[in-house]
Amino acid sequence: MGDKGKYIGIIMGLTFASLIMTQQPAIFVGLMSRSYSFISDLGLPDIWVMDTKVQFVDDIKPLQDTELYRVRGITGVEWAMPLYKGLLKARLTDGTFQTCNVIGLDDATLIGGPPTMLEGTLEDLRRSDSVIVDIDGATEKLGKPSPIPGGKPIPLKIGDNLELNDRRAIVVGIAKSTRTFQSQPMVYTTYSRAKSYAPKERKLLSFILVKTKAGQDAHELTERIKLNTGLAAYTQAEFKELTYQYFMHNTGIPINFGISITLGFIVGAAIAGQTFYNFTLENIRQFGVLKAMGTSNLTLLRMILLQAVLVGSIGYGLGVGLTALFGYATRHTILAFKFPWQLLVFSGAGVSIICIFAALISMIKVFRLEPAIVFKG
Amino acid sequence: MSLAVRCQNLTKTYDTGGQIVTALSNINLDIPMGELMMLVGPSGCGKTTLISVIAGILDQDSGICELFGENLQRLSSKEKLKFRAKHIGFVFQAFNLLPALNAAENVAIPLIINGMNRHLAVRKAIELLSQVGLGERWTSLPSQLSGGQQQRVAIARALIHNPRLIVCDEPTSALDHETGLNVMHLLKSVALQNDRSLVIVTHDARIFEFADQVAEMDDGHIINVKNAPLRT
Ligand SMILES: Nc1ncnc2c1ncn2[C@@H]1O[C@H](COP(=O)(O)OP(=O)(O)O)[C@@H](O)[C@H]1O
Ligand SMILES: [Mg+2]
Repeated sequence: MGDKGKYIGIIMGLTFASLIMTQQPAIFVGLMSRSYSFISDLGLPDIWVMDTKVQFVDDIKPLQDTELYRVRGITGVEWAMPLYKGLLKARLTDGTFQTCNVIGLDDATLIGGPPTMLEGTLEDLRRSDSVIVDIDGATEKLGKPSPIPGGKPIPLKIGDNLELNDRRAIVVGIAKSTRTFQSQPMVYTTYSRAKSYAPKERKLLSFILVKTKAGQDAHELTERIKLNTGLAAYTQAEFKELTYQYFMHNTGIPINFGISITLGFIVGAAIAGQTFYNFTLENIRQFGVLKAMGTSNLTLLRMILLQAVLVGSIGYGLGVGLTALFGYATRHTILAFKFPWQLLVFSGAGVSIICIFAALISMIKVFRLEPAIVFKG
Repeated sequence: MSLAVRCQNLTKTYDTGGQIVTALSNINLDIPMGELMMLVGPSGCGKTTLISVIAGILDQDSGICELFGENLQRLSSKEKLKFRAKHIGFVFQAFNLLPALNAAENVAIPLIINGMNRHLAVRKAIELLSQVGLGERWTSLPSQLSGGQQQRVAIARALIHNPRLIVCDEPTSALDHETGLNVMHLLKSVALQNDRSLVIVTHDARIFEFADQVAEMDDGHIINVKNAPLRT
């Protein structure tokens, strides 16, 4: 029956729209949360202290080591630890070079390590020349070339060697860290060893990580640190926000996603609106019969809205379902995907607007309909 | 004798992009209560236009049309809807049943429009369907019924709310002769009860015999009204 085809057409339009309006923002949210995932991974410190010119987490403006002692002296500080973060070139066993994101942790406490250790322990960093590599880096960019041409690289294992700035580094552990915007492998080591790997410069301290004393308000402490040191200090949430805002305002990511979401909305609205309208036109005689028999416009409006709600719910359900399926299917891939409940509200509102629009243009036709058409042959 | 319909000096023109077509010119017609009036005449003479005005679904340009003493043009559009819902039943050439609803649901529509609870309305519809010989078929969709059966369902729909006037446009012309006669018998026997009046537009000469009066139209005029013409 032709009507069935129309129904499927409307539902497909709505499914498409709700899929785009759910899946694209999910990727967007996932991607944007990567901008600050290094901060999220490093959960322990309450406050990050840095140069005032730093705009986001990967924007390193080193400090002098002496700043660490000034911060330690401020009241309300439970502890303050140094953190090195920098891009360094590693020479692989086959002689090729790979830039790595090297993280140097406080030698004594090893605060700031990766969130999850897959092999080995963080304590293994106390052994000489030791480094811990993240699993993604170990299997991909730091892997040894496959003996078979075109084959997968052989993953870096515990005991393997690297060369960082002509100095030997031995892999003692494999970690799992959340992906960030930076695609370089993560290499964790101690602060002093990181300094020895880094080119000799006067300033090498990237961040000072601070824990507040119990009962100390974190934001209040950031104000005190700023006042006492002239440095920038952010609570963990503030630093994430700073980083997130930087990427929002200084990259094309939001615009690109905005365009595809808007396009999905428009295309969905056009398909659904058009098919819904055709559907109404084809059944216009039935509306005429009901009108002749004394049905009010309000009742006809309710009937059309009911249809719209019905197809809208089915389309929305399918779109959201497909998005969830997509997220599930890509969960182990490099693709960013986050599906907070707010997205359901967002795409639900979008689909509702499309349905109301589709019902409205049909409604105008039905409102203007002369019941006298019922006697026309 | 009280009148179901009284038309006085009715005129109606259509404006088809600059060209004015006079569909009704100076129509005077009385339909007594309890009678079956047939409107006959060549195609395009204005029959459909006239019953549309009589049924209150089309506004005349001038003249007066009263139904049971009520001038519909004096009513607000809401009152007019109510009036139609309550007092008028429709039968169409093309049946015009709603394809997604089964026979009983189709028949129940006028009751539901008049505010009856859906369940009760469908129960009453099933009762009436058995009176028109379709008691067993109440769950069928229109597409599962023959033309004659569909027109029986349509007649039941036109009757269910006990309207005072039933208007039919070519009710038999989509049916074969035998079925057409059956439908006319049904209309005559079931519809024409309780002082109810019927107006039937037709050019099917074979059914003239069912009329109490036949009004002959040509070119927007009524050229004569005959009483029970060919009754045998
Ligand atoms: N909606 C309309 N617009 C323009 N002209 C119309 C319209 N309806 C009917 N007419 C014209 O009015 C005249 C009477 O039509 P109609 O009442 O349908 O006649 P009948 O039912 O006797 O065939 C015809 O000339 C027809 O072309
Ligand atoms: Mg006609």
